[in-house]
Amino acid sequence: MHMAMASDAPGNEFRLGMLIYDTRYRSLTIQVIVLILFGLAVAWLLNNTVQNLEAKGRTFNYGFLWQRAGYDIQQQLIPYTNDSTHFRALLVGLMNTLVVAILGCIGATIVGIIVGVLRLSKNWLVSKLMTIYVEIFRNIPLLLWILFIFVPLGELAPNPTDFRVTEEMQAAGEEPRASMILFDTVAITARGVNAPYPLLERPLGTVDVAGIPFNLSVLAFLAVVGASFYANSLIRRRARAVQEATGVRPVIWWKSLLILFAPAIVFLWALGFHLEVPELTRFNFSGGVLVQNSFIALLIALILYTGAFIAEIVRAGILAVSKGQTEAAFALGLRPNRTMSLIILPQALRVIIPPLISQFLNLTKNTSLGIAVSYLDLRGTLGGITLNQTGRELECMLLMMLIYLIISLIISSLMNIYNRSVRLKER
Amino acid sequence: MKRSVFFGALTVAGLAAGASAAATLDEVKARGELICGSNTGLAGFGAPDASGNWQGFDVALCKALGASVLGDATKVRFVPTTGETRFTALASGEVDVLIRNSTWTLTRDTELAFDFVAVNYYDGQGFMVKRDLGVSSAKELDGATVCIQTGTTTELNLADFFKSNNMTYTPVNVADDSEAQRQYLAGACDAYTTDASGLAASRATMPDPGSHVILPEIISKEPLGPVVRHGDNNWGDVVRWTYYALLTAEEKGITAANVEEVAASSTDPEVRRLLGVEGDMGAKLGLDPDAFKRAIAAVGNYGEVFEANVGEATPIGLARGLNALWTQGGLQYAPPFR
Ligand SMILES: N[C@@H](CCC(=O)N[C@@H](CS)C(=O)NCC(=O)O)C(=O)O
Repeated sequence: MHMAMASDAPGNEFRLGMLIYDTRYRSLTIQVIVLILFGLAVAWLLNNTVQNLEAKGRTFNYGFLWQRAGYDIQQQLIPYTNDSTHFRALLVGLMNTLVVAILGCIGATIVGIIVGVLRLSKNWLVSKLMTIYVEIFRNIPLLLWILFIFVPLGELAPNPTDFRVTEEMQAAGEEPRASMILFDTVAITARGVNAPYPLLERPLGTVDVAGIPFNLSVLAFLAVVGASFYANSLIRRRARAVQEATGVRPVIWWKSLLILFAPAIVFLWALGFHLEVPELTRFNFSGGVLVQNSFIALLIALILYTGAFIAEIVRAGILAVSKGQTEAAFALGLRPNRTMSLIILPQALRVIIPPLISQFLNLTKNTSLGIAVSYLDLRGTLGGITLNQTGRELECMLLMMLIYLIISLIISSLMNIYNRSVRLKER
Repeated sequence: MKRSVFFGALTVAGLAAGASAAATLDEVKARGELICGSNTGLAGFGAPDASGNWQGFDVALCKALGASVLGDATKVRFVPTTGETRFTALASGEVDVLIRNSTWTLTRDTELAFDFVAVNYYDGQGFMVKRDLGVSSAKELDGATVCIQTGTTTELNLADFFKSNNMTYTPVNVADDSEAQRQYLAGACDAYTTDASGLAASRATMPDPGSHVILPEIISKEPLGPVVRHGDNNWGDVVRWTYYALLTAEEKGITAANVEEVAASSTDPEVRRLLGVEGDMGAKLGLDPDAFKRAIAAVGNYGEVFEANVGEATPIGLARGLNALWTQGGLQYAPPFR
């Protein structure tokens, strides 16, 4: 009887009005309504788009991605010819974007930390120089920096033909107008830097994963190096244990050196490692590897520009660590640079990481300025040539935005994982 | 440039209430101004002169259109476009007509949904190298680095040419003509390739034109002409017949100087129809009766436009070649005004 009464009690019975008046349901109701409205808006936009495209006699589809691209790309990190598909060209562009983005983030972080720390230096000259660097780079648009580095690289360096020694020149005892540097292994020309390229006589071959070849020799080499580092860390741990038990630290530096370098050297020797040195042919240097000026200019500009912002973040992070920490470290007898690396920086990291993430995202998106110096990244292939040759503006633009979005989400989630690991542990 | 591609894409999608397919002619008349997509700057074809006025072979056709549609050759606004942005600019309605060294191809007709209404210059793709490189044929370019404007037909022809001749090359894809010239002159590439007319025009503006040679091989057909959007046939007709008016004028010996006099005195029925003295040719297109007379008076006939901008007396020094009238062994041929 009582049970039945309770279930009949007002409030347990659901009425439609409760969706609005009952605080238990209200927020849910509002969310559902907003979601429906948002869905309708998206549907309207899509429908409108499709209709307008139809009115212009155009369709929306991605079939063109599987057609022959027909154009060539200078810098290709994965195999590509003009017979490859537009999708393949997209991948080549994506690789070119990623390589600049990754190297850029690493370089900018290094520059940023060094400059950020030096800006706080007690040395007046050093700290002022760093301030000038930060202010100059932060306040001039990135595109100008890219061009400012790119143009002189091309205008000042010699042409490949300037390296040529003809028979008449030999007879007359004349020197060529330009010559290679570093024991005749590196040529700097108006097109880029031709450097020696590591080659193996007995390579381990490659495996294709989803059309992207992975070089087994490189993977094996990385595995060997990784194993060496691991073995080295074991040795150090043993040494520390001995030190803690006996008070005497055993001498291990020669063991470390041996374990770090010997396996790698033996491995390379076994595979027949040698360097292929670039050689002048009719128009260009061939053999070796060509690092294009556009790549160099883009990378340096991105590093110096973003580095200036990161320096400010690092400086703010250091200043956020209370002065007492430094004084306590000094009282314990730690020298200033040990204090910085052991006490201050680890604590500053907590403040530094979140704004650092957005700098990494900025840098990654800024790689799309590469088109200004003829660097064919994702913007240059998918969003440039493919878009133009196929006339599929909407498809290409949407796909490109999606890809940049995915890259950015990956970067920020990786950085968030790292952020969690350095966060203050609350116990 | 990036922004224009992006907004262009959105506008094509119809997210912005953009230009509709139909009635460009009415829009131009209502606006009182013709918007013409031109080059970012190619001497002789389309470039602003020292005082900021646009001049050139392609520009003249825009001016002729201004005269025939609006009665005033100065009521034309020129929008500079690169190889990459030009078609988006046209598709999105940013420009009414694109007259900018653009090659007529099947893909551009269909996938891009454009109409090439005429061919005002029959061209082909060539190569330019520095004289001291010692190259005399494009077939010797194996292994060379080649500067190429991105978003052009020439980009695809280049790949085909090297492939069919079993040669390799390194492309440097450049956004526009001036940057291509700068990189070529700096030595970032051994050869610059584009339409032969464009090469001649570029060479004319280089510091020492004599030290560059245009190689004899022409590796493609590049019929260049004015482009409009698919679906607005009336506007296409207006552009096409304004162009043919200039061509017919040359055939009939009508020039900017004598057009009034010919209109008053000629007894040739086609000339009378062309100049609006007789019949209703203009009205059939939605133009004034004397529309074509105004166009000829404003810029001169096709031959005059050619000689004044790119002809042999100019630094660019192009011969009429394929672009001579059909009566003189060329390909330029206008259908009858009837
Ligand atoms: N005809 C080719 C090439 C057109 C093209 O880009 N031409 C160059 C040189 S002939 C040009 O007009 N450049 C000037 C500029 O970039 O503004 C096409 O339609 O794709």
